[in-house]
Amino acid sequence: MKPARDTAVAALSTPLARAGEEPYYHLVGDEAEVFAAAAQSRLPVMLKGPTGCGKTRFVEHMAWKLGRPLVTVACHDDLTTADLVGRYLIIGDETVWLDGPLTAAVRAGAICYLDEIVEARKDTTVVIHPLTDSRRALAVEKHGEYLAAHADFMLVVSYNPGYQSVLKEMKPSTRQRFVALDFDYPAPEVEARIVAHEGGVDVATAQRLVKLGGLTRKLRGAGLDEGAGTRLLVHAAQLIARGMAPVAACTAAIARPLADEPDTRAALDDLIAAVF
Amino acid sequence: MGQRKLFAHEIEERLDEILLLKLRQRSPRAVAMQLEAAPREHQESLLRWVGIAAQSANELGWLIASHGAAQAAELGDRLDDWVRAGLAAHDCEGIAAVPDALRRAAAAQRETALRPARGVAFGEIEGRLARFLQALDGRPLRLATAAQAWTDGETLWLPERLERAADANGNRRLYTVLAVQLWAQTRFGSFNVDPEPELSQWADREAALAWFALFEAMRLEARLAQELPGLARDIRLLRGPWPADLAAADDDLARPAATAADSLRWVAERRRVGAGGTPILAHLTGFDPLAARRLRAARIARDAATLRRALNILRANDPHARGGAGDDSHPPLAAEGDAVPADLLSGDIQALPPDAQAAAQSLAQDLDGMPPEILKPAGPGAWQPEERDAGETIVATVAGKPDAIYDEWDYRRAAWRRDWCQLYETEGPAGEDAWVDEVRRRHAHLIRSIRRRFEALRGEDKAERRQLDGEEIDLDAQVEARADRQSGSEPSPRLFVHRRRIERSLAVMFMVDMSGSTKGWVNDAERESLVLLCEAIEALGDRYAIYGFSGWTRTRCDIYHIKTFGERYDAATRRRIAGIEARDYTRMGVAVRHLSGLLQRQSTRHKLLVTLSDGRPDDHGDEYRGRYGIEDTRRALLEAREKGIRSYCVTIDRHGADYLPQLYGPAHYSVIDDARKLPQKIAEIYRKLTG
Repeated sequence: MKPARDTAVAALSTPLARAGEEPYYHLVGDEAEVFAAAAQSRLPVMLKGPTGCGKTRFVEHMAWKLGRPLVTVACHDDLTTADLVGRYLIIGDETVWLDGPLTAAVRAGAICYLDEIVEARKDTTVVIHPLTDSRRALAVEKHGEYLAAHADFMLVVSYNPGYQSVLKEMKPSTRQRFVALDFDYPAPEVEARIVAHEGGVDVATAQRLVKLGGLTRKLRGAGLDEGAGTRLLVHAAQLIARGMAPVAACTAAIARPLADEPDTRAALDDLIAAVF
Repeated sequence: MGQRKLFAHEIEERLDEILLLKLRQRSPRAVAMQLEAAPREHQESLLRWVGIAAQSANELGWLIASHGAAQAAELGDRLDDWVRAGLAAHDCEGIAAVPDALRRAAAAQRETALRPARGVAFGEIEGRLARFLQALDGRPLRLATAAQAWTDGETLWLPERLERAADANGNRRLYTVLAVQLWAQTRFGSFNVDPEPELSQWADREAALAWFALFEAMRLEARLAQELPGLARDIRLLRGPWPADLAAADDDLARPAATAADSLRWVAERRRVGAGGTPILAHLTGFDPLAARRLRAARIARDAATLRRALNILRANDPHARGGAGDDSHPPLAAEGDAVPADLLSGDIQALPPDAQAAAQSLAQDLDGMPPEILKPAGPGAWQPEERDAGETIVATVAGKPDAIYDEWDYRRAAWRRDWCQLYETEGPAGEDAWVDEVRRRHAHLIRSIRRRFEALRGEDKAERRQLDGEEIDLDAQVEARADRQSGSEPSPRLFVHRRRIERSLAVMFMVDMSGSTKGWVNDAERESLVLLCEAIEALGDRYAIYGFSGWTRTRCDIYHIKTFGERYDAATRRRIAGIEARDYTRMGVAVRHLSGLLQRQSTRHKLLVTLSDGRPDDHGDEYRGRYGIEDTRRALLEAREKGIRSYCVTIDRHGADYLPQLYGPAHYSVIDDARKLPQKIAEIYRKLTG
């Protein structure tokens, strides 16, 4: 019975491995220093910025650099406290407590990254409060445990201020607990290097993709809620690297994901045709 | 509605009613006779348009009626577009231009009907082209139609219709090519050189201009090819190869450093070798550098004045400022050449207010940089908001005590003007029942789909887990209970999922611009949008209120209540929506203060203030126009935010992009480029905003 239980628990537990290879990230400013300093001071960090500009990759990079495991949780509006903290499972005839990703990170001294925190339910965000001030502790009520955070534990959240919904803004009581880093799309030359590296295309193609990305960003508020992020450009580059024609790749990876409205779609098609 | 055709005498009565023809001693007999033959839906449709037109001007209604009746049979289902063309002409050029515009529209439609597939009309591609150009330029550009494609540097004029290419796709591409070349003329400095010295040496000025246009096209094509190779390829395909004797010019003008002066040099070269006519090239646009330069000069003077005034204040406020005020006569602007690159000054520019920043950007584009003399202060004196008429002290006076008095923020003093604005709150005038019914009928389909969508939104019940009872078993809870029992602790009895309708707890205040500038289309669009919004929000169950605002100086700020939070969306409310009309000016700050005060009293968790407007804050005859109004409004919106109220703005001002981010924040506004689209879009905006 025992080995079966152990494999089941192992399969369900939050993986806490450290990254082996350095995740590619191109530094733009002093973000690494600020992050490292916050990590040393045991302060939580908030990353603000538009979709697909490298927030997640930055955290992966920093986790590697600091040599800490990284636990990433993509927040959604049905994320419950138990999903974060943990729950009891029945395996065979035994009851087994299983740490949730947050608890696992607190225990092991990992970086816990809550991606798009505003998407989570409001009551969920409250459990992180004691972790973000001098208490640095997590109440695991179900398990009857008041867990003091490991010295290396660090909480990182991301947040996209471009959201238009008034119901999805962060409460001041939550935001004022974080050291915040602003993210934006990188400068064109830098972005082209990133797209070339990540997408596996030559620099000239990457430059055109970046040019296209820049053009779509000027349509923000005039047909688009947000322009194409670096991630979309990398996707297009990857399709091109697989042998797709650039126009078809950009249409599939950039234009279609961005817009539904006919005029805007048509304008994006025209832009793609103009750049390639 | 029965489908029987209306008889002439019935039509006559209806026209009489709409246009009050008896008073004008005009007989609708002939019109009615003509219209009698048309099918009922065409009759109704024309009468409806006559009513709409008559709201703008009675005479306009009469024109629509008389021209429309004669052509009802022919226009058929295309009547709507035909009338819109007439109304647009009235809005832009006045009543005298309407008959012509109607005739032109009818002729154009006749042509379309004959040759459907090939040609492309400007109206079909305007939206797409406008976005495309905005992506290139970063700012919304003004597009309009003219017989020939050309630009004066401010508006891009494009033909009403293109049929030159073999298919619709080709014609669409041709539109894009033409528009981008015009944009490139303004962007890459085609009008920065005075061509007169060269032109005057030609016997045939037209030929000289044609050559200048050709060489500029050559140069701009090379510029475009650097950034937009795909588009340059389209141009190349359109034009075919350059004649062999122009190859040298092509090579020379393809240098990245080439300017309009180089093109002129090649024009001179042509003169020396004795040029014939230019080759006929399909992609060439019209080119009128002289007209463009006249406008450019005016624009430079205006922008320079704006910038100087702004810099004056900046330096007056900055004790460590360089130089100083004293030199009253600033030197004339240098024409070309001695400009410093704009980015050298970016530090200075960024400290400027938004209108001056826009002026600086425009100047930098016009002059390929910023001449240093512009940055010299213009002399002593404080900031004067633009074109203030001296001695204009008209103050509207009213009987009765104001309902509320508000302070106003004066950014120049960085202080409040105490008890500055007198606010009167009155009930909005009642309009006609029929109008709302008509809108609901016309948009019946849209309303149905909005309601369906919004009800689905409300119907998104939240599953409440771990309840004592409910519709479903909570599996997680069951498992836990089982686990608890196994481990010896007491299992929780909360084992069910209960589906609960989610309480949105949202109160929304709609603040509707009733300033004079909304007269016509915008007012119609606002009213129609409100009807659709009400339908949508009723389906959602949010709390909402609607107020209109207008004003005439600080002593007469009017707030009209259309629907309070407590009132239902009933016939009386609908009449007040129908009664919303264009009035005076837009003193916005005081309206924001008053309405956010009302909103604050709501006990909901979220509070949202949505402004429907057609332009920037403005008021009659005092300093409210310009930066003062924007700063005051910004302040009022900040105060609202401190009260926990979020603001959002939906505007029809295409040029709003320059001040809206300042007022509402980057993601908190929508610009609708066409008032007619507002009703279709508003519900979607609201859904996104609160979803």
